[in-house]
Amino acid sequence: MSGVRVLVGTRKGAFILTSDARREQWDISGPHFAGWEIYHVNGSPVDPNRLYASQSSGWFGQLIQRSDDGGKTWEPVDNKFVYEGVPGTHQWYDGTQHPWEFKRVWRLQPSLTDPDTVYAGVEDAALFRSKDGGKSWQELPGLRAAKGHLWQPGAGGMCLHTIVLDPGNPNRIFIAISAAGAFRTDDAGETWRPVNRGLRIDYELPDAAAEVGHCVHSIAMHPARPDVLFMQKHWDVMRSDDAGEMWHEVSGNLPSDFGFPIVVHAHEPNTVYVVPIKSDSEHFPPDGKLRVYRSRTGGDEWEALTKGLPQSDCYVNVLRSALAIDALDSCGVYFGTTGGQVYASADSGDSWAPIVRDLPSVLSVEVQTLP
Amino acid sequence: MIRVVLPYHLRTLAGVGREVELQIDGPATQRALLDALEARYPMLRGTIRDHVTLQRRGFIRFFAVGRDLSHEPPDAPLPDEVATGAAPFMVVGAIAGG
Repeated sequence: MSGVRVLVGTRKGAFILTSDARREQWDISGPHFAGWEIYHVNGSPVDPNRLYASQSSGWFGQLIQRSDDGGKTWEPVDNKFVYEGVPGTHQWYDGTQHPWEFKRVWRLQPSLTDPDTVYAGVEDAALFRSKDGGKSWQELPGLRAAKGHLWQPGAGGMCLHTIVLDPGNPNRIFIAISAAGAFRTDDAGETWRPVNRGLRIDYELPDAAAEVGHCVHSIAMHPARPDVLFMQKHWDVMRSDDAGEMWHEVSGNLPSDFGFPIVVHAHEPNTVYVVPIKSDSEHFPPDGKLRVYRSRTGGDEWEALTKGLPQSDCYVNVLRSALAIDALDSCGVYFGTTGGQVYASADSGDSWAPIVRDLPSVLSVEVQTLP
Repeated sequence: MIRVVLPYHLRTLAGVGREVELQIDGPATQRALLDALEARYPMLRGTIRDHVTLQRRGFIRFFAVGRDLSHEPPDAPLPDEVATGAAPFMVVGAIAGG
């Protein structure tokens, strides 16, 4: 019988939550890597037993862990992330240039076709790739050539947090970097260019035509429609119908268009989910009500999903990588909070229930749909 | 044999107990000790010192025989008590919040 495996990264370890397709009874495994920050755990789409985890600590730095048995056992693989050539410099807070310095891996994105190929988005922002299951990592330096000297860290660090692979075009990848923007390659990572036209810049940038410097929080795509992208920006929910060439706002009737994650329904390319947050100054839900918002129209028209979610005195946040979907017939939606709850909906968001309530602060949630 | 005490998380990572013993050929220095430690336990590479610069990570300290050796040059001789195995070389995670 099919089922789901929810991969949860937290401030103090990783947890793996599994259920059958009913998604009512859950087995909770963990903490894995107890005491370490787990920014991301992700599985290979072609081999669900192959998992990768980003494990880090302020004391001991970065580790990458790999599992070949669905998270039962793990082995550390290569953790050497060295920028290609002379690392160069980027813009610093005081206007000077500052050398690139590796800090951590924010995102691990396995290839859509090869379990041994995996991409790593890192801070300071760069994209690395391993073709040997994590045994070695090489930077794709063409990304930092896309005006990298003008990138400047935001308050959360200059992190490459989003990697979207185009299922119809293996040469096309989208990535997003905090306070730098969205970028696209059409030659498998050799060269990149910013794709930020149309992004509004009120309160963020003085130059309306700036190619970089946009604070993109996350990007989502439905695999059946890879030219249509949805973006949760610092402020504004945006949409592109031409693979990022131009964006337009679809925030519509959201109570706040600030937020972090965005995902698309597994079977309905026009159904999109966001979790509005009050503002960039107050990182919690508006009015203390934890509401996921769903648009079935590809944006602009949004409905609040509240059944089973706390509707008073709730002041948690949902971070950019902490909202995910499964691909079962009745699409499941999942998110984790900074308060340590992981909520699940087995009916496309109509109703919700917590899988677990008291984990460490949740950094990321990924979901594998198991055969 | 040189004795090295590792902090909890690195013991877990390397799958070892509180203390490991290392054989060092040649002069017993901090660099030789860490080279031997990383050769025996490759998963520790990058966790105590930077992969490229080989500089000690900021929140790691080296203690031995009641002294903080963190700022000693990596090629300086280790104290005799460490070199002879009478006292351990301690890799310590600095006290910090969180």
